Amino acid sequence: MTDTNIDPQTSAFENEASFGDYIALLKPRVMSLVVFTALVGLVVAPVPVHPFVAAVSILFIAIGGGASGALNMWYDSDIDTIMKRTKGRPIPAGKITRGEAFGFGIALSAFACVLLGLASNFVAAGLLAFTIFFYAVVYTIWLKRSTPQNIVIGGAAGAFPPMIGWAVATGGVSVESVLLFMIIFMWTPPHFWALALFMNDDYTKAGVPMLPVTHGRRATRNHIFGYTLALAPFALGAAFTSIGGLFYLVVSVALNAWFIIGAYGLWRRADDAAADDNYKDERKFFKFSLLYLFLHFGALLVEAALKSNDLYGAITWP
Amino acid sequence: MAITKESDMHKSRFGRNLGLGLVLGGFVAIIFFLTVVKVTEGDPMQAFDHVVRTDYEAAQ
Repeated sequence: MTDTNIDPQTSAFENEASFGDYIALLKPRVMSLVVFTALVGLVVAPVPVHPFVAAVSILFIAIGGGASGALNMWYDSDIDTIMKRTKGRPIPAGKITRGEAFGFGIALSAFACVLLGLASNFVAAGLLAFTIFFYAVVYTIWLKRSTPQNIVIGGAAGAFPPMIGWAVATGGVSVESVLLFMIIFMWTPPHFWALALFMNDDYTKAGVPMLPVTHGRRATRNHIFGYTLALAPFALGAAFTSIGGLFYLVVSVALNAWFIIGAYGLWRRADDAAADDNYKDERKFFKFSLLYLFLHFGALLVEAALKSNDLYGAITWP
Repeated sequence: MAITKESDMHKSRFGRNLGLGLVLGGFVAIIFFLTVVKVTEGDPMQAFDHVVRTDYEAAQ
């Protein structure tokens, strides 16, 4: 036997999918955002939920979100192979077949919806089923490759989790949960378009019609600024509902001012200047957009804690 | 080659099998505790105990 000998038994199994590959199919990073926003929707709702039912419901919402991620990877495996950012995913890496990913996604979708219905209520389960359908069919199969407005409509899928969390507690939909939905819905386009400004090459190669590819960077900068302005009324409006308060209002005013100033800066920026400094401001705006969403939902959690502990005292709020 | 306990297939699949086992065990635990919570937190239930229920009759 020499050093160059290859054991056929080893090579037959070394490319087999590990447990982690199945977890990767569920897009854990997206899942963490789903968990956080759904948790906020559930906690700020006016109806208390048993902690175990709440935890289990969040788990099933996360599994449902993950299942839609698996269906996305099933359908998009051809372009995932082309893009640098996605070619390490389990299907392009040859660890999991397309059929397996499809079966896994469909089975987990049904499992998550039925169990969420049994654990909480069927309004929440229906919303979860619609979210999975929206992400897998409306966004992934239909819009992603056909229109540069793909992420505007597709963003709705990411905006549903707090609404589902709210429905777990209340069994319905109300103005507060619609506002939570609108905050994420209006936030998604500036967030992803900022990314597309400096990750343009990947999308161009894959033939995904992102706005900078189809309409140019100037139009993208206009859209980012427009959506950032349109987002502010929804974010600020939540302060005047039952889930908002003085603390949330102060945080929201500061964050929206910061976000609008950032978007205005991107709007005024010439593309040559951006290319010269390797899209420094665009990268900064993208990072801040993540913080914007996290701090808004975090402020709502703080608000719920302030109210439940009666820390506002004599201060009254509309 | 016969598949034995020490085969490469067993070694390479150990992590996957362990993960699946833990997920299934976790699922059983979730259903069990969910049932306990649902039963103990549910609305008070009234069982038929062969006694005339006057409140029920009055409601009719």
